[in-house]
Amino acid sequence: MSERVAIAGVAQTVFKPKRVDANYAELAYEAIEQVLDQCGLTIQDDIDNSITCSHDIWDGQTISNIGITDVAGGHLRNEEKMAMDGSTAVYYGAVGILSGAFECTLLLAHTKMSQTDRNIVNNDAFDPIYTRKLGLDYTSAAALQARRYMHRYGISPEQTAGVVVKNLGNAVDNPVAHNRGVFSVEDVLSSAVVADPIRRMDMAPDTDGAVAMILAGEDKARGITDTPVWITGIGTCYDAYYLGDRDLSECMALGRAAQRAYSMAGITNPRDQIDVIELGEEFSYQELLWLEGLGVCEPGGAAALLESGFTRRDGALPVNPSGGLLGGVPANVMGLNRVAEAALQVMGRADGHQVGGVKTALAQGHSGFCGQHHCVIVLQGGKEGR
Amino acid sequence: MKRNVAVIGGGQTRHAARRHDVNQVELVNEAVRAALLDARMTIDEIDTVLLGNMEFFEGCHMTDCWLADGLGAYGKPGLKITTGGTVGATIVSAGAHHVASGLFDTVLCVGFEKQEEGDTGAILSGVAHPLYGRSMAGAAVGYFAMMATSYMAAWGAREEHSAMVAVKARQNARKNEYAHLKLDITVQDALNSRMLAYPIRMLDMCPASNGACAVILADEKTAGDRCEKPVWIRAMDTAHNEQFELDWRDVTTRKPIFSKTSAARLYRQLGVSNPLDYFDVFEIYEPATWAEMVWYEDLGMCGPGEGFRMIEEGKTAMDGPHPVNPSGGVLSTNCIGASAMLRIWEAALQIRGDAGGHQVPGDVRRALATAYGGTNWTVLTALSRDLDD
Repeated sequence: MSERVAIAGVAQTVFKPKRVDANYAELAYEAIEQVLDQCGLTIQDDIDNSITCSHDIWDGQTISNIGITDVAGGHLRNEEKMAMDGSTAVYYGAVGILSGAFECTLLLAHTKMSQTDRNIVNNDAFDPIYTRKLGLDYTSAAALQARRYMHRYGISPEQTAGVVVKNLGNAVDNPVAHNRGVFSVEDVLSSAVVADPIRRMDMAPDTDGAVAMILAGEDKARGITDTPVWITGIGTCYDAYYLGDRDLSECMALGRAAQRAYSMAGITNPRDQIDVIELGEEFSYQELLWLEGLGVCEPGGAAALLESGFTRRDGALPVNPSGGLLGGVPANVMGLNRVAEAALQVMGRADGHQVGGVKTALAQGHSGFCGQHHCVIVLQGGKEGR
Repeated sequence: MKRNVAVIGGGQTRHAARRHDVNQVELVNEAVRAALLDARMTIDEIDTVLLGNMEFFEGCHMTDCWLADGLGAYGKPGLKITTGGTVGATIVSAGAHHVASGLFDTVLCVGFEKQEEGDTGAILSGVAHPLYGRSMAGAAVGYFAMMATSYMAAWGAREEHSAMVAVKARQNARKNEYAHLKLDITVQDALNSRMLAYPIRMLDMCPASNGACAVILADEKTAGDRCEKPVWIRAMDTAHNEQFELDWRDVTTRKPIFSKTSAARLYRQLGVSNPLDYFDVFEIYEPATWAEMVWYEDLGMCGPGEGFRMIEEGKTAMDGPHPVNPSGGVLSTNCIGASAMLRIWEAALQIRGDAGGHQVPGDVRRALATAYGGTNWTVLTALSRDLDD
């Protein structure tokens, strides 16, 4: 029984556009084997719960956790599939340990986007009666949200392109990212329009990969690592489904999810109290909108923060020093990768993209189009985790 | 777990092969409203909403997002889990963990399937491994045909025994106002029904139902404050078999398997030596008649090869000494994502004495619910009327 939950280990495959050499179970096992080795754990002796994260429709298999039951340690044990963004798997894993039912949980998220067509998959997230036939997918829905947000606050395409330039530049130093390079705002604005105002470079690319993580109660975590990363705040929230039922420039669900996480973690001023943020910007404008939803600045104020250098890796509050989702992270895996990158920052293990002096980190992920469901995780190391 | 957890309310939809009167959102809302009414609560009193469902069965990606409004999840924390046929019980287990964590006092758990919007046989064939199994996949019928022939060959059971299970389920269902297949059938009717895959006949299989179930869980204080008849979740256990080891079921196998492993763990938690003495009623997830007889054995209600004798001797009849599936079970109603939750909810109704026409005659203090899905996965749930029983 534990009052506190820690991330005790993190492992990620290298993310690539296409992994023809591995099926999804093999891909998953790459990450699982790494994290178990890193932590000195075995499934048989140490893991008492497994939570996996993917979607049948991406995997092309009904109840697709059947395909990874063995590698995820589910055989004759507890294994559950979170059919949402991977950040929510962290949330659910933490709940399980706080309940006293489990001590040491293996989290896994995996997806091979190369196996299918994201537009078809995402179109299936629209209801079959009213909206699917319109041909909407996450990208066209995001274009509506981007338009609304940019119109309301006078945000320019140059400003959203600034997110791309920053993140793809950050990704250069991230060994697992594949979409990276030193680009200019002009490069972004001259990439092809996919759904106006979203251009090719404004989008996270199709990617294959997996992330595995170990969550543990306090005693177990201290036995595994000298640098446990404490999960001190968690929150989720659903918004309304139909695009027309929401003002897409508002962040009700994200605000509520963040508020729950902040009140657990004792955060009253996120801008001052958080040292680094890894958030889910599937599209460039989302980095700005989500920062506002997280209360880092006033609504409409994130573009100015970006331009001031505040969110650069060497800025006052680095956002997506890993390169974020634009650097190339698979659907579903996105949120677990966000939490993993935030945890690596707290552990001081973020290789070339490490930020100095990280004590408190925030990770955010979302499920559904235009961020209908949000999950916020606050991580703290050392004394701050108390 | 750190806090005790009670079922303080629940509800289900009318289950049927066709529910053209509702879309998926309206279907789950029917169960949510029934559960809130039963618990005498409003949605504002629910702290978090959890959904279980398999998106392939309806051909919708991210069903929790579409259904958020019907679930009452708007503005609330929540999540969706998919674990196949077990998911209804997985969601109750997840709900119990949410309450026990101390982060939430009231949790709304919902499971549903609207199978008429997909092709269940085709989708279940999609369970098989895309490289090694799918080209010969026979969906659920094929799997249970192999289980049945193994059972008959090993133990000498006959098709008549299967028919007896089929009749018990549908006759019990006639007393359950929500059940899908309320059939006034005889053993002869079952034996004369259309052959699907030897020896599985039409009446040996569960139907493809549309329906939803919702239960509300709460901590001890909330349950004490506002529920007259809380039903306590005493123990739960989950076990999955990996996909190939049991890809056909040799009923004589001595290998550790999901059902026996899970039952042993659950009984150890509760200190149960004889489940027949301990539990007063059983709600078992039996997608096919033969699965019910195998469950009797795997749960230790009888020895190996004796399951068909239990049905033959009427031991598991509604008025028998050890009633199994007084609700009519999965053979009468299978809305997959809801089915395992219906087992738990029906078991809770028996403990409350609120099962109406299908209430078993004896005193019910404790009940066991099983789930069955995936490639031989289960979640077992033990419920009791008294917390210290």
